[in-house]
Amino acid sequence: MIKKAFLGLSTPQIEYAMLPAHLPETEKIPAPKSITLFHQRNDTHSISSTLGIGDPVKTGEKLSLYSDQNFYVISPVSGTISSLSPYTGDFGKSYIAITITPDGNQVFDDTFQQQIQNPTMELVSGYLAGAPGNPPVSMLADSDGSIKTIVIRGLDPDPLVATNQYIAQSRLKDLKKGIRILKEVTAVQDIIVITAGESVQGYGHIGAQVKGVRPTYPSALPHMVMKDVLGQVVPAGKTCENLGVCFFSAEAVVSIGRAFESGQIPTSKILTFIKKDGTPKIVETSIGTPIGNILEAFGETVNEYDRIILGGPMTGSAVYALEHPVKPDTDSIIVLDRDKAAYVSDYPCINCGECVRICPAQMQVHMLVRFLEANQYEAAADSYDLYSCIECGLCSYVCVSKIPIFQYIKLAKYELERAKTPEAADA
Amino acid sequence: MLEKRDLLEQQTPLEQKKLIVSHAPFYHSGRRVTERSYHTMLAALPALLLGFYHYGMPAISVVCLSISTAIFWELAFNLVAKRTITIGDGNAALLGLLFAMLLPATTPWWAVITGTFIAVVVGKQIFGGIGSNAFNPVALAIAIMMVSYKELFDFDTALLNYDLEFATIYPLKAAKYFGTASLDSFNLVDLFLGRQLGGIGATFGLGLMLGGIYLMLRGFIRWEISLTFLAGVYLAAFVFNLFDPVRFAGPGIHLLTGYTLIGAFFLATEDSSSPVNIIPMLVYGAAGGIMVVLIRNIGAYVDGVVLAILVINLLSPLLDKIRPEALGKVM
Repeated sequence: MIKKAFLGLSTPQIEYAMLPAHLPETEKIPAPKSITLFHQRNDTHSISSTLGIGDPVKTGEKLSLYSDQNFYVISPVSGTISSLSPYTGDFGKSYIAITITPDGNQVFDDTFQQQIQNPTMELVSGYLAGAPGNPPVSMLADSDGSIKTIVIRGLDPDPLVATNQYIAQSRLKDLKKGIRILKEVTAVQDIIVITAGESVQGYGHIGAQVKGVRPTYPSALPHMVMKDVLGQVVPAGKTCENLGVCFFSAEAVVSIGRAFESGQIPTSKILTFIKKDGTPKIVETSIGTPIGNILEAFGETVNEYDRIILGGPMTGSAVYALEHPVKPDTDSIIVLDRDKAAYVSDYPCINCGECVRICPAQMQVHMLVRFLEANQYEAAADSYDLYSCIECGLCSYVCVSKIPIFQYIKLAKYELERAKTPEAADA
Repeated sequence: MLEKRDLLEQQTPLEQKKLIVSHAPFYHSGRRVTERSYHTMLAALPALLLGFYHYGMPAISVVCLSISTAIFWELAFNLVAKRTITIGDGNAALLGLLFAMLLPATTPWWAVITGTFIAVVVGKQIFGGIGSNAFNPVALAIAIMMVSYKELFDFDTALLNYDLEFATIYPLKAAKYFGTASLDSFNLVDLFLGRQLGGIGATFGLGLMLGGIYLMLRGFIRWEISLTFLAGVYLAAFVFNLFDPVRFAGPGIHLLTGYTLIGAFFLATEDSSSPVNIIPMLVYGAAGGIMVVLIRNIGAYVDGVVLAILVINLLSPLLDKIRPEALGKVM
């Protein structure tokens, strides 16, 4: 995707997608023939569950493979388990893919419903971690009260994506309920909703502060929100959570609100679908739906060497199969024609300085990339601030040599992390 | 990998299309190195065309020979060193063009070929190719040629046989050896419109300035460097002139003669040998400008632009150490 500016005196601006004042209806995808859920896997623990192929599951049933780990998925349909297979995601993340074949009935599991009268952190983290929007509830539960502020993103961090913007504007009631539940179970009183600068109005009394950010990328990325809205700079190598700030997407909060409102754990995921011609659609589908089903519903055809991108154009990643399911945090799917894709090259850095001027973290990217190209990750971290990177990808966007700078940075961080854990290095 | 394939085969039989897997960003600004080279050449055209008008066929042949041999040297080095062929990026052609623009129209063929060899092979390729050169290849080539074959760059003798409609003396030389009184025959408007002796494409102030403004607006060169370079020349010349107006020419003369403008817009701004942070760029430009006037007024050479640029190229990596603190830097 080429996004060009004729004049080059100032740094290029990438605007966020803005929804029209009159919100469109979501387009619903028909129920798929199979559902795949990724259950987190821990290689050092053995699976203790007796869950097996052919077992019946109910809608909203919690499927947990380990008895001693708080990993689980929630079945969005009623049916039978048709396969369990290992799956390796990006950066070596390990999962077990549970495939369920729906039987067409909706038999609800009411374990959650029985407990909603008394919302607690255990209940929220025990059932809602896999709800649409992926609420970071287990992190919140493990924080022992160190989280003092919750930031709710009513604006998606990536351009083109409008999922959370849509939800924040259309599901105000559930958002309000979700904020109330969060305050109740966490005792965090400082809750901030982030929205695009001009749309601060219209939120009424939702029980949280509403703050606007500039509607240009990367101002909705967590590190930029920390700096611009909360006035705190995250030290290199630390996370926002280390500073006591936890980020929720609007959808995650709405999921929590809905769960307590209706007694059912929400399983329908809203996402922005960008067709090959660039038209955006707001789509509603069940978690676990294969991406291919969504493409089919819109009559999109995929050719050899096209890309299917999960996430936005600046931070997402392309997947290899149309069977890849919609995950709780899949906020957007972009179909990219191979002719429109921006390829990378092995051309050397010409020291033009575009990356240095656009970097929101003021890093010396032109020097950093020289170290990264030579696999000098340690030196890159020591002398050229590798850990200051907020992973916005703007350096790769402007690079005239088309060096995959962002990819190098991700790789360097991953390799340094791997070197820290000897077991992983031996594997 | 095996696991991934398991999942694939299980659910999809044969009709699976191959998709490209990659990580973000999927956006690109569309700017390429090639574009930079060709737009810089485009911006150099107005000044070059006036050179063709003044000096005719010899000027055209010098430029053609220079561009073609520069491309040839790059190709030859690519082949010998078994590197990727890089002549397509237009950088060799640009070096050839800029080199020719600095030469007098009557430069002999062997000097052009030697010069482009120095620029492309010695100046750029042996450092590792584009982006790795510590010095501006064109400035380096001109400096080496100027030191080795001094008479080639004596514009008065070189252009002796031309019958032009303006004073055929090289203004900087006149100013250096005969004082400012010898400059009475020049007025600044004439100089600005290119009515002076000099390199093929280095004399047309208006054309160079238009090209420079185009490049700055499009972001191909940095205004910080060009403007501080000119400001440095102006200020230093002003101070010298104030000190001794009989010996030292005024700032206007220094700005509009010799290689000052082509240096400010096309040489000092070369990517690889110039800094990228704001303050270093400002210091780099200003230092270059001041150095030009120092060499011209109290140095051994008539025109100090290429030498001044080599000196600031040398400072560039050091200057770039003045950098803003990275976000959340932990000391």
